[in-house]
Amino acid sequence: MSEVLVLVETVADGDGVALKKVTLEMLTAARALGEPSAVVAGAVGTAAAVKERVAEYGAAKIYVAESDDIDNHLVAPKAEVLAKLVADTSAAAVILPSTQEGKEVAGRLAIKIGSGLLTDISEVNSDGTATQVVFAGAVIVKSKVAKGTPIYTVRPNSVAPQPQPAAGEEVPVDIAISDDAKRVTVVGRTLEASGGRPELTEASIIVSGGRGVGSAENFALIEGLADSLGGAVGASRAATDSGFYPHQYQVGQTGKTVSPQLYVAVGISGAIQHRAGMQTSKTIVAINKDNEAPIFELADFGVVGDLFQIVPVLTEEITKRKA
Amino acid sequence: MNIVVLVKQVPDSGSERTLDSSDNTVARASADNVINEMDEYAIEEALQVKEAHGGEVTILTMGPDSATDTIRKALSMGADKAIHVTDPALHGSCVIATSAVLAKALGTIEWDLVLSGAQSTDGGLTMMPALLAERLGVAHLSGARKLTVDGSKLTVERQTDGGYWTIEGQTPAIVSTWDTMNEPRYPSFKGIMAAKNKPVTTLSLADLGVDASEVGLGAATSTVLEFANRPPKGEGEQVKDEGDGAAKLADFLASKKFV
Repeated sequence: MSEVLVLVETVADGDGVALKKVTLEMLTAARALGEPSAVVAGAVGTAAAVKERVAEYGAAKIYVAESDDIDNHLVAPKAEVLAKLVADTSAAAVILPSTQEGKEVAGRLAIKIGSGLLTDISEVNSDGTATQVVFAGAVIVKSKVAKGTPIYTVRPNSVAPQPQPAAGEEVPVDIAISDDAKRVTVVGRTLEASGGRPELTEASIIVSGGRGVGSAENFALIEGLADSLGGAVGASRAATDSGFYPHQYQVGQTGKTVSPQLYVAVGISGAIQHRAGMQTSKTIVAINKDNEAPIFELADFGVVGDLFQIVPVLTEEITKRKA
Repeated sequence: MNIVVLVKQVPDSGSERTLDSSDNTVARASADNVINEMDEYAIEEALQVKEAHGGEVTILTMGPDSATDTIRKALSMGADKAIHVTDPALHGSCVIATSAVLAKALGTIEWDLVLSGAQSTDGGLTMMPALLAERLGVAHLSGARKLTVDGSKLTVERQTDGGYWTIEGQTPAIVSTWDTMNEPRYPSFKGIMAAKNKPVTTLSLADLGVDASEVGLGAATSTVLEFANRPPKGEGEQVKDEGDGAAKLADFLASKKFV
């Protein structure tokens, strides 16, 4: 069976790194096309941190490219590693995460190996066709790569990860990163407080607040509800533009696209701008005082009422039931 | 510092958008076409860099004749001139072919810095700046929420999921911007009037030395086989809070096993 290369995505975790869930989703999706191989390209020690889990989710081989040259330079070294592996292994396809970095690596790789690519896919089939959700979830498209070794980027939270234990044989990749790929140097990595909550695009539960929340102080209500559910906090553009919550938590057309199991919209009217970022969520719940708010068209369960009355009681109720 | 800003005309993301069923490309003729909102941050940043360091700001766009409206909007914000790549053969070009054409167009002028928006609101691929950097062999500093120019040295705060990275590179370079970078200015009346007389160079594929067989729908490296509008969601349950809304919502969450 032919190999499918899957670029492992990690996130900083204390002094080391942790696997991002999307990696397991990609390893699961890859099985439709062939035998998944995980590709680790990063700092020394990355493979050691992730190898058990990627093997548990189907990686027969783990290609390991670890060096300071890869870790200290943005994006381009990873594309070089993948291009070499595509040539060495005659891979059937390459799968990357549909994240900012994943898409940049995919683009560079496509130029290097002369391939076409599909981004933001939610499903890939054994015939190579893939499903993409476009125009803010309004249109579902079936597409195919028409040239070269197909490259796909998978939207996080689209595929349910399924374990499938495999050998996870480590294969070192012998590569010297070219000067061309060292044009951008990473000189610092700064973490900003997230209150210990899950990362927005990876979270299974998201509670978002909008204009109706009214102030930055009141966002404590949204955080409290999110914490009771073990979820992440998001915000509509109206809320971030008003300074209620930091911009990086914005869900919408110009912010993050999310697809959690549960999305709770609080005080959000549901303008297209916002729906664009969340309407592929599996279950949607809305609390809004206006029963005509467009968010209710998407909601599986909606409560018309005052969020300041409802949210504190709901948080307490959930905490009580979970206890 | 001479700056080029990549600008795209897109169907308004606030209106209904779909694909054209005759060839599965973006339905542009029936759409309300506007400047890609994310590009305004790149234009604003370009104007601020020019104000601080001198030079010229050139708008580069590829698109049908109607894209001239978008070019005028960008010029009315304060850009100096524009290049409009347009050719009927470009219809349906994939992102890879588009990057080849834009790379050729960038070869027709002198520049130090190319700025782009974070993504287009229609295709949303997010990768044009990376493709151009790969083709041109220049630095790509992406996700910039802050840009500092010091001679030929560029320092960027790159927005990440959990914070930011500080990254550095040298001109010539491409910087893709984040929408928290600045507050795009509104065109002034004077700016709108001045834009009417600013130079716009129109380039065809022949002008760029690109063969029509390398672009367009026929040469696309990826193909849309079919599409469907998402079926409307089934009617959800709605309750009016009469003091029991929170409890009913908790019951619903429990029934779905979230609690």
